[in-house]
Amino acid sequence: MKYTEEHEWLRVEGDYVVVGITEHAATQLGDVVFVELPETETMVAAGDEVVVIESVKAASDILAPVDGEIVAVNSKLTDNPGLVNEDPTGAAWFFKMKLDDLSVLDQFMDEDEYNDLIG
Amino acid sequence: MSDLKRLGLHDLHVELGGKMVPFAGYEMPVQYPAGVMKEHLHTRAAAGLFDVSHMGQVILRPKKGMEALCLGFEALMPVDVAGLAQGRQRYGLFTDETGGILDDLMFANRGDHLFVVVNAACKEADVAHMRAHLGDVAEVEFLSDRALIALQGPGAEEALASLVPQVAAMRFMDVAICAWQGAELWVSRSGYTGEDGYEVSVPDAAAEAFVRALLACDGVMPIGLGARDSLRLEAGLCLYGHDIDTTTSPVEAGLTWAIQKARRAGGAREGGFPGAARILRELAEGPERCRVGLRPEGRAPMREGVELFATDGTSLGRVTSGGFGPSVEAPVAMGYVPAAFAKSGQAVEGEVRGKRLPVTLVDMPFNPTTYKR
Repeated sequence: MKYTEEHEWLRVEGDYVVVGITEHAATQLGDVVFVELPETETMVAAGDEVVVIESVKAASDILAPVDGEIVAVNSKLTDNPGLVNEDPTGAAWFFKMKLDDLSVLDQFMDEDEYNDLIG
Repeated sequence: MSDLKRLGLHDLHVELGGKMVPFAGYEMPVQYPAGVMKEHLHTRAAAGLFDVSHMGQVILRPKKGMEALCLGFEALMPVDVAGLAQGRQRYGLFTDETGGILDDLMFANRGDHLFVVVNAACKEADVAHMRAHLGDVAEVEFLSDRALIALQGPGAEEALASLVPQVAAMRFMDVAICAWQGAELWVSRSGYTGEDGYEVSVPDAAAEAFVRALLACDGVMPIGLGARDSLRLEAGLCLYGHDIDTTTSPVEAGLTWAIQKARRAGGAREGGFPGAARILRELAEGPERCRVGLRPEGRAPMREGVELFATDGTSLGRVTSGGFGPSVEAPVAMGYVPAAFAKSGQAVEGEVRGKRLPVTLVDMPFNPTTYKR
């Protein structure tokens, strides 16, 4: 598992990377009440706002961690946004991206480095 | 947060796991570990305890008798003060010369004086306003040595009555002075959640023991500002500075129920308050725009600032408060639209992140109130 400074986790599955938010991020957001997912088969650039999450407190975005194609989204979150709080690192993944070269993920933090970040 | 004031119970909030955020010049608990959603639902199911000690508590003592004080206070509001019975509380609004709202407040007739509770963000201005206008008839005494604790929800009566039995007999908007362990509690049966419940002014010295005693009662949980906001929103209650301010009149805001007959055209003490010309005209002819309840379709919350449009694309106004309603289990909001659009069932649109989404105008409250009348 890799981690971004935006508190996303990235898990490699074959040629794909699965993206979600960390437990820390889910706790900070509070109860999630709305999730808007991107279209599949869209090309995105690193830093693009691809998911909107609204909690009881505020709206926030999830950014594409790297360039690539969105190949799948977790539509369960549309009907059950609370899954983000219940199982942020498992059932509540947001989207899968196809990458040309998985080595772009090397730039991100490993678990120890991420734990240092959130202190 | 060094410029912020701390509540007397600050350390208790931290001990309870409260997440402290800046609000109206204070460090306030926005939520506890249970989180906004659970705190909200718990208040509607059992009892929620809120520390609202940031609000301003003021005593108006008569210099020339209660009648002169009540009539003087009435001259600041389109509200019947003189007709309020002893032991009762009423909602009031300070208006300005244009008919806008300077603040909203609660005041109680306690026999030989009035007790007033005003919003935290306005309290200095309100005290100055009262001193400027009531100087001949009242001593304006700003209290800085009392906490204010709200206990709200269907379990509030049983919990508070276990400490102070006489509160069980109170009805909505009654006020009473009760003794608890040598401290004088000023209790009103009222609140800001749409639920039955109480607001209790307690001397600072007794506040921590009082709150701990309440938290030890079955079903009582501490509730932060986050759930306080979603609870009042579902109850259709205005938040000053958002849903009402100096640009909104009481009539536009739908607060005509707060303007008693005595102050209206043909009433015993018609007019005679700041902005009377506009407010009486709007009462007679209707306002140009109205505060309305909004139910966005789908799950996307529409928050303060979202622009509202007619289905033909005409801009109508904006959302003034909005979010997710945990008891309604859907987004809810309020905002202003032209009077011609202000009818239940009217379809409009709200723009969220560049997309126009359907919204239906509905009657408020969104969640039924359970006041013990």
